[in-house]
Amino acid sequence: MKNKSSILTVLAVVLAASAGPVMAADDGKGKELSGRDIAFDNKKGNCLSCHAVPNDPKAVAAGNIAPPFIMMKERYPDRAKLRAQIWDSTQANPKTAMPPFGKHRILSEQEIDLVVDFVQSL
Amino acid sequence: MKRRLSIFLGCLLVVANIGAYASPEDDRKALLKHYKQILPNVKQADYVLGALALNPDAKEQYDSIMMFPPFVNDVDVGRELWEKPFKNGKTFTSCFRNGGKNVAGSYPYFDNGVGKVITFENALNACLRHNDEAELKYGSNELGLLSAYAKSLSDGMKVNIKVEGKDALAAYENGKDYYYSRRGQLNFSCAICHVDNAGKFTRSEQLSPMIGQAAHWPEFRAGTELVTLQGRFRQCQKNVRAAPLEYNSEEYNNLEYFMTYMSKGLPMQTPVFRK
Ligand code: HEC
Ligand code: HEC
Repeated sequence: MKNKSSILTVLAVVLAASAGPVMAADDGKGKELSGRDIAFDNKKGNCLSCHAVPNDPKAVAAGNIAPPFIMMKERYPDRAKLRAQIWDSTQANPKTAMPPFGKHRILSEQEIDLVVDFVQSL
Repeated sequence: MKRRLSIFLGCLLVVANIGAYASPEDDRKALLKHYKQILPNVKQADYVLGALALNPDAKEQYDSIMMFPPFVNDVDVGRELWEKPFKNGKTFTSCFRNGGKNVAGSYPYFDNGVGKVITFENALNACLRHNDEAELKYGSNELGLLSAYAKSLSDGMKVNIKVEGKDALAAYENGKDYYYSRRGQLNFSCAICHVDNAGKFTRSEQLSPMIGQAAHWPEFRAGTELVTLQGRFRQCQKNVRAAPLEYNSEEYNNLEYFMTYMSKGLPMQTPVFRK
């Protein structure tokens, strides 16, 4: 029993050390999640529940509560402004439906950076 | 002169109070107006259909399922519970006006004696208590099935909730605050989804308007899975990572009171199928 748990500890340490910044929660192989994965995953960003991504064929069954992600680079040339919107959307609009992903630690800072890159690429 | 002045001041105070607290009826009218604006094609009477009123295909499917409801056997279990005599020989019908027909639409009500909101489930349990029978557990399937049958006796009755007096109003306001307050990691209030965004889609789920929501319980989801109104509160709260409250907690009962008032005048539909 003791042996088993120490093996697990070692494994966890090795995985944590070797894997990239973010790992899929349910995926023991430690596959890295991309910004897109995080944005689509309903246990992570779940942006799709409100925002459509019209130019991504994989973005199916998206909601329509929020504006679609299009021409984001043109509309958000300032990366800091885009990041701030995702980190705490209530700053720009106190009545917003959008969850404050950074402020409420729904996503980690690294995850938010990846999502910002992804959204800016759209 | 002095007297005149104080009357004048008194009037001012009343006016100020009205300004600060919209009455439940003002709230309901304002909400109706809001839904008329964002869902112009939905008839008011159809609000009890929830999201089905927004999707003709889903409504058609619902209609055909309701012709032979898959939950008839479940409701039958509820009927047996309702009809089974207590040890003293009486039955539930002895506790309700009209043998329990067309009564459920007046619940919840505010009981000034105990200073609390009394839900229909509370009334069923009070009946058991007064007849020296064991109460049923809130959130249990048994109480849910009993209420499903008992409420079916009020199918079609118009929701008729009263908020009268200071304490009743306080309970109503408490439920309303709960409905409009953000909570949980995702920072949602009930109103963000069911008021601000009614008719919109989150993923492929279309959001139903709050008016009408309290008028058709319990539901049988996927055919036979019984869900009570407060069970649905808990599901929504779990979905948005907020801590659900206990069944029959004072907050949930107040929330149910507020929400049912908002459905005032609409015909009850109980029980119903939902997918
Ligand atoms: C529950 C709904 C909801 C979710 C989930 C959501 N958003 Fe939003 N988002 C909104 C709404 C509504 C707006 C419109 C502005 C406002 O009301 O704040 C918005 C606005 C935005 C904007 C500004 C868009 C523009 O066109 O100006 C960006 C960028 C954004 N969201 C990114 C994200 C990202 C990234 C995620 C996921 C990590 C996400 N949102 C998840 C509701 C949501
Ligand atoms: C993030 C969105 C969201 C939030 C927040 C939310 N709900 Fe819901 N709710 C839904 C969805 C989606 C459904 C299923 C579709 C429908 O019927 O509206 C639903 C269904 C319901 C229903 C059943 C409607 C029916 O006819 O079957 C009730 C009642 C309800 N919600 C009440 C609440 C209450 C009370 C709260 C707050 C404590 C709440 N909801 C918060 C999304 C939400």
